[in-house]
Amino acid sequence: MLVAQTMSQKVLLSSKEIHIILHRLACQLLENHLDFSNTVLIGIQPRGSFLANRLAKILKEEYKVREIKLGLLDITFFRDDFRRSDKPLEASTTNIDFLVEGKNVVLIDDVLYTGRSIRAALTAIQSFGRPQEIELLTLIDRRFSRHLPIQPNYRGRQVDAINEEKVKVMWEENEGKDGVYLVNK
Amino acid sequence: MSVLSVKHLLGIKYLNEKDIQLIFETADQFKEVINRSIKKVPSLRDITIANIFFENSTRTKLSFELAEKRLSADVINFSASQSSVKKGETLIDTVNNILSMKVDMVVMRHPNPGAGIFLAKHVKAAIINAGDGAHEHPTQALLDSYSIREKLGDVAGKKVVIVGDILHSRVALSNIFALKLQGAEVKVCGPKTLIPKYIETLGVGVEPNLQKALEWCDVANMLRVQNERMDISYFPSTREYTQQFGINRHILDSLQKEIVIMHPGPINRGVEITSDVADSSQSIILHQVENGVAIRMAVIYLLASQIK
Repeated sequence: MLVAQTMSQKVLLSSKEIHIILHRLACQLLENHLDFSNTVLIGIQPRGSFLANRLAKILKEEYKVREIKLGLLDITFFRDDFRRSDKPLEASTTNIDFLVEGKNVVLIDDVLYTGRSIRAALTAIQSFGRPQEIELLTLIDRRFSRHLPIQPNYRGRQVDAINEEKVKVMWEENEGKDGVYLVNK
Repeated sequence: MSVLSVKHLLGIKYLNEKDIQLIFETADQFKEVINRSIKKVPSLRDITIANIFFENSTRTKLSFELAEKRLSADVINFSASQSSVKKGETLIDTVNNILSMKVDMVVMRHPNPGAGIFLAKHVKAAIINAGDGAHEHPTQALLDSYSIREKLGDVAGKKVVIVGDILHSRVALSNIFALKLQGAEVKVCGPKTLIPKYIETLGVGVEPNLQKALEWCDVANMLRVQNERMDISYFPSTREYTQQFGINRHILDSLQKEIVIMHPGPINRGVEITSDVADSSQSIILHQVENGVAIRMAVIYLLASQIK
């Protein structure tokens, strides 16, 4: 009982809600990008890759988009907290086998919190060319916690959480079950 | 674990297996970076690095400098031949003078074994050993193992023979430490005069016959004959050395298998290796050079992350 209290965990989104939200986000992307001929999806590593893969799958299988360019971007070397964070920064793989020159880029991440990861991603993506336009899609948008003037174009759910809390997004392919939880740090 | 167990890279001797894995995994990411059209990341823009070379170098110096610039560090270069060292300044004084210009990291090559270790004890900066006499050349050994891993998938269990002047070679010593740490089998091969007396105590075998050594191995690392380090004659003539320990197409064709050929450079074409071998598809010499930049970026990045 005691353990349950200290490790309190609140469900923000169930797997069914995530399912519905992902389809809504896919439709919103379709509305703006139609056939995706000049659009690329970029998942931000490590956690944004699950969301990006899921959306690409839905767009292809259920909305019959013929081709979707999907890349994974690691932002570790572009972060502004190198040597300032106590936590060591661990790099993941970048896998972008196309140029983003002149393309409409949709950056995809699971949680938008301070906005610093997105700031780093905006710099990092320049290594692959000059995009025509960059949009941001996040599953969770934590309100009132931004350090930078960054807002999503597509959001799954807006959440109020205090700094002592952490929003944890779980994916079936990684954790065995879809779900978004609010956890006390 | 994503932090190195050391604050300086003075030799492979001071690393553990996890350190090597971490360096390789980080180098994987940097290898992708240096193959982009824009090959630069801004990680180290508030770090200044001094490259201090008391001994000649082309490849290592360029490779370090490029790695530093790809990480956006500020770089200053210093060669002993054009400096106050000639006027009698001591090593600690030279380095402390450079450090008072707010330098965070020193990459040093020095003719005396242990120079980096000495410096690490006396100055406040992260030190990377870029070769200290006949002692160690850790980044070369790391890039050699990394290149083997890239070509053969893994280093553990592979059989590597190091051929040539083992006695004077810091590349050989660092390679032996690195390969053993990763679970490879190592033999050395060369003229008896150029094999250190107690080399077996490091857990390596000695095979005086090149043909037999090559039949045994998966990888042959051909060292350069370092004439500049030889104060006496260790073998009768270069021609005789080539006949006994030089690798050529004929020997390779006589083997039952295709082995990987490596060389730390600079090559003496026609001495330890013939041109047709050096330029063949079995040779990964130029991959070693490419991987050198990625490995050095990884080492610098990981050490810099510990500078507070």
